[in-house]
Amino acid sequence: MNSQLDKIKLSNAQIAWRAAQDIEDGAYVNLGIGFPEMLAKFKPEGREVVYQTENGILGFGGVPAAGEEDWDLINAGKKAIKLKPGAAFFHHADSFAMIRGGHLDLAVLGAFQVAENGDLANWSTGKGAIPAVGGAMDLVHGAKRVAVVTDHVTKDGAPKLMRQCTMPLTGLQCITTVYTSLAVFDIIDKRFVLREKLASISLDELQAVTEAEILAGSNVGDLVVPSL
Amino acid sequence: MNKITGSLSEAVASIKDGATVMIGGFGGSGSPVELIHALVDAGPKNLTVVNNNAGNGHVGLAALIEQGQVAKLICSFPRSSDSTVFNNLYRAGGIELELVPQGTLAERIRAGGAGIPAFYTPASYGTELAEGKPIAEFDGRHYVQERWLKADACLIKAEFADPMGNLTYRLAGRNFNPLMAMASTTTIVQVSRIVEAGAIDPEHVITPGIFVDKVVEVTQPKQEEVLIRQGAVYP
Repeated sequence: MNSQLDKIKLSNAQIAWRAAQDIEDGAYVNLGIGFPEMLAKFKPEGREVVYQTENGILGFGGVPAAGEEDWDLINAGKKAIKLKPGAAFFHHADSFAMIRGGHLDLAVLGAFQVAENGDLANWSTGKGAIPAVGGAMDLVHGAKRVAVVTDHVTKDGAPKLMRQCTMPLTGLQCITTVYTSLAVFDIIDKRFVLREKLASISLDELQAVTEAEILAGSNVGDLVVPSL
Repeated sequence: MNKITGSLSEAVASIKDGATVMIGGFGGSGSPVELIHALVDAGPKNLTVVNNNAGNGHVGLAALIEQGQVAKLICSFPRSSDSTVFNNLYRAGGIELELVPQGTLAERIRAGGAGIPAFYTPASYGTELAEGKPIAEFDGRHYVQERWLKADACLIKAEFADPMGNLTYRLAGRNFNPLMAMASTTTIVQVSRIVEAGAIDPEHVITPGIFVDKVVEVTQPKQEEVLIRQGAVYP
């Protein structure tokens, strides 16, 4: 990415903030390990959200103080967590019944690449790293909304929003919304439909760093986030 | 009926070379560290191990791998804060890896325990992890056929047990443990406390004793995460 875009692009925290504004009141949500976990910090006040983790907990939030960790109480990222009142434990088969069975309202994942038809590649670079899939291939099926949070381009400036993924796939036609460091897209009828973009970037500039063709209607909003 | 076994070494003695062994836990949560170390001491080789991960540091499953006892690992996420033991052996061609999506792994184990030889799941359809597996269409969507997974033995961790083998678990330490108890010919359990029959409210039993064979009490179980922070190495 050129240095001008580097200056205006959102931080990961800002991308997470924007994605968190779309979490509905009363939603059951699974946040992928790493970057997507940040959404929990930015959930709008007054909305009740119940977080699910693959290893068998519904209803957690917050981090214990150093020295207060209980290592039987961790999230999918193996981080120590705290329970909320009304939490529940369950075994792994029940956990993935929640995931595959359509009981979650939202799953949020990271991405190496997303294709315009909703295909996701996020588990293997295909370049000799030891493969590790975890729950990603289950999580992309079943949640009512499956969103991605990601930088708009790779560290080398290569596009991540593709006509077709070139990396090993996690799932086919599974992504519904993409929150990037420059814009927000909904995937509708196998197209990236632009919902919001930073006011400081033109549509042409955005298209120049996006491999897939962007569909922009007349009602594209400004992507506005706090400085954080 | 009395499923209480006097010692860790006695509990794992039936596990022989070439056995398939399921090991409960998710990372260190619910991981039967003392039973795994007893298996290291017992020394059977050429094991196929089923676990969500591939070990961390140089204790628990990582120690079993480091001792060269594991020929094949079936897991979903062979990565941890320190998975160098597995990584090095895998790169050197010294261990086989079967990578399974986490929910598929859980359901394959559940199916093994429930007498269901195969099932269909949407997970992995269209990906390289579905290659070679039968595909079927139901109501306009594609699904991948996956087969049950069973084991000669499992090592699991629970919180309370009674002599009947009824088990309760602690916090999120439950994870794969109850599923593995169902899917194994010999289910070997370490618990923090053995109580008399009737002391566990039947309403609170998570794993009924029919799925359990041997129970050994380890009153102060070690946590893998704590051992790793201490730089522990086993043996």
